[in-house]
Amino acid sequence: MAHAGHCDDRGGTASNGLTGTGAGFMDWSSHCKRTVTVASYARSTNQPGKLLMKRRTLLAATVAAPFVAVEGSLGQSSKIQVVWWHAMTGANADEINRLARAFNESQSEAEVQPIFKGGYADTLTAAIAAWRADQAPHLVQIFEVGTGSMLAAGPATKQVWQLAKETGVDLDPAIYIPGVRGYYSLADGRLASRPFNSSTAVMWYNKDAFGAAGLDPEKAPATWSELIAAAQAIKGKIGTPAMGAVKFPVTSSWMIWVQLEQYSAIHDLPYATKANGFEGLDAELKFNGPQQVKQWDRLLGMAKQGLYEYGGRDTVPDALFYSGQAAIGFGSSAGRGDIVRNSKFKWAEALLPIDPEVNAHPINSIIGGASLWTMTTKQRTEAEYKAVAQFLKFIATPEQDAHFHQTTGYVPVTFAGYEKSKADGYYEKQPGTDVPIKQLARGTVTANSRGLRLGRLAEIRNILYEETEKALQGQQSGKQALDNGVSRGDRVLREFQKSVGG
Amino acid sequence: MERRTIFGQRLLPVVLVAPQFLLTLIFFLWPACQAIWSSLTRQDPFGLHSQFAGLDNFVELFTDPLYRASIGRTVFFMAAVSALSMSLALFLAVFADREIRGRTIYRTLLIWPYAIAPAMAAVLWIVLLQPQVGILGAWLSRHGIAWDYHLNDAQAMLMIVLACAWKQVSYNFIFFLAGLQSIPRTVLEAARMDGARGWHRFRTITFPLLAPTSFFLLVVNLVYAAFDTFGTIQALTQGGPGKATETLVVKVYRDGVVNLDIGSSSAQSVVLMIGVIGLTALQFRFLGRRQLT
Repeated sequence: MAHAGHCDDRGGTASNGLTGTGAGFMDWSSHCKRTVTVASYARSTNQPGKLLMKRRTLLAATVAAPFVAVEGSLGQSSKIQVVWWHAMTGANADEINRLARAFNESQSEAEVQPIFKGGYADTLTAAIAAWRADQAPHLVQIFEVGTGSMLAAGPATKQVWQLAKETGVDLDPAIYIPGVRGYYSLADGRLASRPFNSSTAVMWYNKDAFGAAGLDPEKAPATWSELIAAAQAIKGKIGTPAMGAVKFPVTSSWMIWVQLEQYSAIHDLPYATKANGFEGLDAELKFNGPQQVKQWDRLLGMAKQGLYEYGGRDTVPDALFYSGQAAIGFGSSAGRGDIVRNSKFKWAEALLPIDPEVNAHPINSIIGGASLWTMTTKQRTEAEYKAVAQFLKFIATPEQDAHFHQTTGYVPVTFAGYEKSKADGYYEKQPGTDVPIKQLARGTVTANSRGLRLGRLAEIRNILYEETEKALQGQQSGKQALDNGVSRGDRVLREFQKSVGG
Repeated sequence: MERRTIFGQRLLPVVLVAPQFLLTLIFFLWPACQAIWSSLTRQDPFGLHSQFAGLDNFVELFTDPLYRASIGRTVFFMAAVSALSMSLALFLAVFADREIRGRTIYRTLLIWPYAIAPAMAAVLWIVLLQPQVGILGAWLSRHGIAWDYHLNDAQAMLMIVLACAWKQVSYNFIFFLAGLQSIPRTVLEAARMDGARGWHRFRTITFPLLAPTSFFLLVVNLVYAAFDTFGTIQALTQGGPGKATETLVVKVYRDGVVNLDIGSSSAQSVVLMIGVIGLTALQFRFLGRRQLT
């Protein structure tokens, strides 16, 4: 048992005969004190996710974590060490390690050390805590919604343009695909962080279920009315032997990202003022426009009729699709690996459905995923920054970019990586893998489709999840959910604006 | 009876106490002071801009209806968890106190859940209650009961109460069992001779004699439910659906670690700290006095 202390006689009659069990007052008082330290704890250790660790573990972690992460490796070789924190698991983590190995073998001066830091939110928090303790890693992978926070981080980061200027290493932004580049650039086109794993939202569908419902398995629903018709056809056949494990017509991972943020982008609807926040910290949310309300009411209606299964937040519904329970699943294009590995049915990847009456000429969807930020510490040397710049240059070479794209399901971030994948014949061998690229490259980028640059966007997404969950239980309408999302989200934006002194 | 160790000189006791004192200072008092300071400031995540905000963070907290709702939710949750885990533990302890075969094994088994990490306990409950794949959850769904704690406030609350109470039963069980065993047999014998039996004997003799144990456990359980359930709740529901299972400590984590709003999160920590100090004072006051008499 993980008790901090042993029994104290003040436990009164309760502790009679129990002095040996290790349960008692000390244990209890450590419960109390632990709660006090949350905020400062997040700063003082590198593992803030495990908030309520037992005291002993806490002690060990506080002492050990910074050293393991940054200094632990110094003694081992005379090479320059570059520490790279990332948030990838499974097949994607293997690819991160492969990239580091390939770089380490390609030259003899520097050594990149990838370290897994937990989920995206944990990694961001850990990076911030580490910087405040002057223990920041050289490179950190930050998800796209953290971009606003990182841009406001000033001296904590060294933006790509700055790094290129100081080290003399050529890091040309023009090699990156515009839809990806735009998300991580300043207003004047200078690159802030290095585009890394980028995905976009797509629709997956179960071809076997389409066949069983009498639909054409080769033709994905292209519009929302076709999607609803398909969902109804599937619902009519649920429970029949041909339909197998299918229990729900439609589900969606990342509901807010896919059904609201992407929906707004491809239909060229504003999500926030000031070009979705790109032009100023004083942006205000606009996602409660009439078209978005219609979209939300439609999803709520579909849920009520049993056509749409909510499933949960973020990636939780992924499993509903690849386990065969949902016939149509929206999600990130990066989910491809999991679907390949787990599904026991024929499936296809398709463009997001559109509403032709809202916009007959849909434009590009926006990216998700993450980018790499260079971080600073007081004692970091020029040679170290140079090694970082060389690593960033290395992973942007066509071979590395194409390999990363083909093994993970993320899109290639450079033109050359895309061309190389084409030349490799990858898209013929794996039909559908070019869907995300086509969707990202569709039409001309507008202020509404460049991306979202809002501080604390992850929190705004959570607010929308909360309001939507209330609406799904029938406690409020779609309009109320989005209206509440706007008013609560605006408060978060103002708080962020104040906190960064904007 | 009071036992007292007498030290011949000053140095030795100071040296003996120093490690614990240092640990407390570095890991509890110092961070606590930092939390109090942070609660009075408004700062960005990186700490680049920090301005003194006075009591702004506290004013914003208590004028926020969502925070007030979270207080109410936490009080309800604490009461439900304490009541459920204590009554269940008492029930089990009364039966384990009897002369039954293999009771050592039986008692040991009852203590096991306490050794399970909160996240693992949550996974066990998910395996049981997940609407599609959970053994019990799928059974309920098949039998026409719309069980889905992802989308039902009451069911989500029920689930975290069950999981958190279950985890605390062992702890309460140990104390109740010890409490029962410390009741003098002679008193019970006398009651039996006077013809008090079964429920009547329990209600008039056993239960009153267990009162100090019960009170101690009540405070411990309230504190447990308020603070130590974070791991279980985070793993089960992350505070959702909506805000249905967002207790105060989950909110501290949400605002501080996920949303990086250090000022508000620190203010919430300070509010919690005051709550704990209150409960502790209550405990010491009552149990301390009881022992003096």
